[in-house]
Amino acid sequence: MSHELLRTAVDRRTVLKASLLAGGGLALEVLIPIPGLTAAEKAQAGPAQLSAFVSIAPDGTVTITSKNPEIGQGIKTSLPMIVADELDCDWSQVRIAQADLDQKRYGQQYAGGSTATTRDWLPMRQTGAAARAMLVQAAANRWHVEAAQLTTARGRIHHAASGRSIGYGEVASAAASVPPPDLGSVPLKRPDQFTLIGRPLVGVDSHRIVRGEPIFGVDTRLPGLLYAVYEVAPAHGGRLVRADIEAAKQAPGVSHVVPITGDGDADTGLADGVAIVASNWWLANEARSKLKVEWDLSAAKGHSSSVYRIEADAAIAAGPDTHLRFDGDPVAKLASAAKRVKARYDYPFIAHAPMEPQNCTARYADGKLEIWAPSQTPQRGLDQLHKVFGIAPEAVTLHLKRAGGGFGRRLMNDYMMQVTAIAKAVPGVPIQLMWSRQDDMRRDYYRPGGWHSFEAGIGADGELIAFTDHFVTFGDGKTTARAAGFNTAMPPAGLIEHLHYSQSMIPTVVTTGALRAPGSNALCFVSQSFLDEVAVAAGTDLPRLMLRMLGGRREVAPQPGGGVVFDTGRARDVIERVVQTSAWTEKPKQPQRAKGFAFYFSHRGYFAEVVEASVAGSRIQVHKVWVAGDIGSQIVNPMGAENQVRGAVIDGLAQALAGQAIEFVDGAVQQSNFDDFPLARMPATPEIEIAWVKPDKPPTGLGEPALPPVIPALTNAIYAATGQRIRSLPVRLA
Amino acid sequence: MRYRLDINGAIREVDVPSEMPLLWVLRGELGLLGTKYGCGAGLCGACTVHVDGAAQRSCQLPVSRIGQAKIQTIEYIGETPTGERLQQAWLKIDVMQCGYCQAGQIMSACALLGQKPQPSDADINTAMAGNICRCGCYNRIRSAIRIAAGMEEGSHVA
Repeated sequence: MSHELLRTAVDRRTVLKASLLAGGGLALEVLIPIPGLTAAEKAQAGPAQLSAFVSIAPDGTVTITSKNPEIGQGIKTSLPMIVADELDCDWSQVRIAQADLDQKRYGQQYAGGSTATTRDWLPMRQTGAAARAMLVQAAANRWHVEAAQLTTARGRIHHAASGRSIGYGEVASAAASVPPPDLGSVPLKRPDQFTLIGRPLVGVDSHRIVRGEPIFGVDTRLPGLLYAVYEVAPAHGGRLVRADIEAAKQAPGVSHVVPITGDGDADTGLADGVAIVASNWWLANEARSKLKVEWDLSAAKGHSSSVYRIEADAAIAAGPDTHLRFDGDPVAKLASAAKRVKARYDYPFIAHAPMEPQNCTARYADGKLEIWAPSQTPQRGLDQLHKVFGIAPEAVTLHLKRAGGGFGRRLMNDYMMQVTAIAKAVPGVPIQLMWSRQDDMRRDYYRPGGWHSFEAGIGADGELIAFTDHFVTFGDGKTTARAAGFNTAMPPAGLIEHLHYSQSMIPTVVTTGALRAPGSNALCFVSQSFLDEVAVAAGTDLPRLMLRMLGGRREVAPQPGGGVVFDTGRARDVIERVVQTSAWTEKPKQPQRAKGFAFYFSHRGYFAEVVEASVAGSRIQVHKVWVAGDIGSQIVNPMGAENQVRGAVIDGLAQALAGQAIEFVDGAVQQSNFDDFPLARMPATPEIEIAWVKPDKPPTGLGEPALPPVIPALTNAIYAATGQRIRSLPVRLA
Repeated sequence: MRYRLDINGAIREVDVPSEMPLLWVLRGELGLLGTKYGCGAGLCGACTVHVDGAAQRSCQLPVSRIGQAKIQTIEYIGETPTGERLQQAWLKIDVMQCGYCQAGQIMSACALLGQKPQPSDADINTAMAGNICRCGCYNRIRSAIRIAAGMEEGSHVA
């Protein structure tokens, strides 16, 4: 293929280093400042550059380093696809190498916030294109022709005039001494020239997964490895008073029992506990029953779900503590409204429950620490190791392990702190800490529960003229708990003139954290359900109400201090698309069966979804889900993308329907396993139809934004089918 | 206690407490790491193996109860025609996301096709209801089983 010149803005600090690969071939390292990060992302992300490593061996094998943690989101396949496409090589030539943690070298290495595609799309393309340009130049030098006369395809360079062709591998060594091109002017493909991007490709680890090969964190094996469990207090915030460990020490297979004093910091997660180390994980876990531990649980007294509910009622009755957003004059507009709608909504704490329980493997010897971690934020783990143990980052080698699911749980590194405390207690002995399912369920950083008191005013012409939400959440009175904050851009903010968002906090000792589409997974349920109530009261339906509020195509500026631009045109397009694909206006003929709709914008993705459900007695069945999504001009790997969307839909349906709720009694979690915290199972899985809207906008991430709308689309369908408004999760029919 | 176990066509000797579940014999003693721990209570199916051809949760099977039974695990299942077809079907439509549960899914699917080579949708739902996929790959798991059974051609849009 030939290339047209597509100039792109490249920062002057970009560095492109080419070198001769050991054993011959081209090794290319590109360091690129990251464009377009928000201030919050910059603060979170650390070094504001990313780099890509590509090498081409004399036999033509292309090795692309995958820098980010793979947690099932498919990044280990999709980012290398982008490089390989611009390199114009054949996918069968490509090998993927998983990088260890080294942010000085690779730039940001984390999995969270659906950010990687947004951030890496252009740099990954430029990297592949630069490597291609150097190979082409090397061939041009060899043949004494102009590079412009050469074309490439599937890892070979062709000279049409002479009929000659040569493989990348044969010129790779020579390419190492070609001056690297200017990344800003290196030609990039037109989208119609892509050979890999947009094609459904099988995940790079899939063939190993179906054969049961040992690639996950818990599969890490080292000579002399011993296995550990970590017994913590039965309630959150509990402290170790004394431990009688003698009986546990005598248990079969047990080699060490180590009481550990934590750092009292819920953020690092090194809770007080007792580690049991044995030759087999099951033996370590069995020995827990032999421990006699006295805990101080006083900090958690009164931290019960029933108490939280009473405190939330009181907070709503008392009125808001803080005003988060005040637009126009909502008080007067409500007073003048032809119709007013009021409702209260709430949702529970829920757990992440990834299938692979939290685990980490470590060896500490001679002041050096080596770690094998399935973490979404390994750099944060490294920083916390320094904070908690004083171990210098230079003394740590951190290997990224494939994680059996993340969903936000592995943004935290508590397991890394715990295994390090154990490994430090038994220097020289490699330790694998794995939590039992019960540990995982009881010591999560839960999606926090919350309460919303809404009121809306509808004008005489059926227009929404005022909207208020008093949010009761968890926090210390000054700062909300982790992932317990509000989003002041939540629609209808920015779409109507008179609006008030406010907040109150109640304290908690329970650890909370981000769960897939954090914030949005709950805010979408409450706001899109309540807007459905408004639509019904206004004599219309939610898609029409949303389209009316969105108005003409325009960009709504983000709130000061963060957020991204909201494009009403893109929102309109996904709404109109799903209205069409779901045949929204055709109502199901069967009794107690109906469709529900919802829209949300999160993590830069626009999603509108329709659920068709029926209710028979207490049984709710979801028949079909239609999704219309916009994550930019290009779906990098449709194979993975469709899986992400289906997974998000099934995840959201289970949050609503399976009965998921984590409850506390004096800080002790009442759920322990998949019987009392149920996950989605196959029989409840509906057909899911996906339609993409692809505007000419940069591609963005997909791990999260498909989840939020499915929950209110479902509850709105239940209302349409039965007249029962679901204002609390999980769904319980009256 | 010493046990002689018939695992993947070979006799393996282990010396473990009689109550140790087969899962922890496989993972902890024999280095067969494909079979996964998910719940320890027979609720999730991640640890599914074949015991004389039937799907069983290895976290619930004490080593003392195995006797002469033939155990097959994910490491071996590709040697069987049905297991191989399932692995190929899994790859054809790239069923997995994180992949952690997939060994158990394939083992349950393999036992199903052993009993019902042309399963109905209801058969598939029943046989697979005990296997949790937290990533929600159920649509594709269904399709992959039908592809392996020769009942569906299979494209990535599953």
